[in-house]
Amino acid sequence: MTRYSLLSLARHALTGHRRWAPAWRDAAPKPAYDVVIVGGGGHGLATAHYLASRYGVTNVAVLEKGWIGGGNTARNTTIVRSNYLLDDSAFLYEHSLKLWEGLTAELDFNVMFSQRGVVSLAHSAHELTALRQRDRAMRLNGIDSEMLDLPALHRLAPALDLSPTARFPVTGASIQRRGGIARHDAVAWGFARAADRRGVDIVQNCAVTGLRIEKGRVTGVETTRGPIRAGKVGIAVAGHSGVLAAMAGLRLPIRSYTLQAFVSEPLKPVLDTVIVSNQVSCYVSQSDKGELVFGAARDNYASYSQRGSLPILEDCVANMLQLFPAFSRVGVLRGWGGTVDVSPDLSPIIAPLPVEGLFLNGGWGTGGFKATPGSGDVFAATIARGEPHPLAAPFGLDRFATGRLIDEAAAAGVSH
Amino acid sequence: MLLIPCPHCGPREEREFRCGGESHVARPASAEAPDDRAFAEYLYVRSNAKGVQAERWHHLYGCRRWFNLLRDTVTHEITAVYPMGAPRPESAA
Repeated sequence: MTRYSLLSLARHALTGHRRWAPAWRDAAPKPAYDVVIVGGGGHGLATAHYLASRYGVTNVAVLEKGWIGGGNTARNTTIVRSNYLLDDSAFLYEHSLKLWEGLTAELDFNVMFSQRGVVSLAHSAHELTALRQRDRAMRLNGIDSEMLDLPALHRLAPALDLSPTARFPVTGASIQRRGGIARHDAVAWGFARAADRRGVDIVQNCAVTGLRIEKGRVTGVETTRGPIRAGKVGIAVAGHSGVLAAMAGLRLPIRSYTLQAFVSEPLKPVLDTVIVSNQVSCYVSQSDKGELVFGAARDNYASYSQRGSLPILEDCVANMLQLFPAFSRVGVLRGWGGTVDVSPDLSPIIAPLPVEGLFLNGGWGTGGFKATPGSGDVFAATIARGEPHPLAAPFGLDRFATGRLIDEAAAAGVSH
Repeated sequence: MLLIPCPHCGPREEREFRCGGESHVARPASAEAPDDRAFAEYLYVRSNAKGVQAERWHHLYGCRRWFNLLRDTVTHEITAVYPMGAPRPESAA
């Protein structure tokens, strides 16, 4: 497969761009692989890419029940940040952010990672104290963070209502300037192309219907395209983590909910950073196409429907208008709901399961997109070595029994 | 938008209710000799069914009483309403 370059662009221009090869093969499943990854979203594809590129495991298949990147990878607000309070999460998400910074070059695919800054707002003296605490914690961990006073915030986002008469007046803010947004589809496609180039089979329209377990060891998967033998199986299926675990007779500390996001009609440039408010429950950015991309809290009850409830849309719009009254005449173009698997401490589970050769990467809840490359790397290492990557070690299943939770309030971005 | 049949007030819209999570999660009996695994199971582990699930709901902005529902987590269809403390009815599905 040829590398994308100015030269290849010029060469294909001569033939009217009709002869571009597909970015990855539409593979049919082989009878056996060393590693099978269940789930062709960003996390699964990134895992396959890093297994092949960093850990020398190339006999790998990624099984996707629909089309790659058709689940939560395409159902989020694409915010990337590592502004976490606790060390365990800070190190994991910062590892991911560093990979994001080199991802376009690494994958030879433009993931349109735009480091336009992620702003967290405070609306009370207490929230401002908490923001300062997080700011200091991040800087002690070597992660960029700055506090913003109101004049600086006004210069950064003039459309934001900073008046003292607002329903929840803004008292201050912090910003992580290395944070930003990325193109979600390109992330899935880029990882798929890079993994495919190293020999990974990406098998679409192939739903896993069962796990083969013999004498406490996983030996393969049953799929809608026939059985596939596997030395190791990695689960990266977001909202369906519990369903896959149940195939191995396991129950997880996870609940699946719908998280919605929305896009407005395109506007001229009005917001060139990401604004997150925990108190008001809103996060919003403007895409390169000019659409406002925004979201709020998850739906209130368990759901696998991938459909959101209307009261959440109403809340979400109302919350955004508290911050940006100028957006009140903007039409909402579309919305979508993804099924997210929420763990009790809002931190992920990246761990070997109590079946030999079976690994879980799940529980990312409402904030998994930002972790895509980092999650893939540490999960690939965990699968390849059979023991947790040092950054993944605190995120084991046993923490729920030992009580060593990673209770990360910053995980959700907004309160859930 | 769900229309939820409160056993005391009749069908009301979703906004008036809060979901209290899965029903029939029993606290471990041996409180004197607590077993960490059993308590972790009780506190955190859920069936998280894809399909019919028994849930507790609270009519928060209404009669403020609790009740149980059998609800499908894929279609959102509600197939049974029953009082707190009652056993889970046989699922129609």
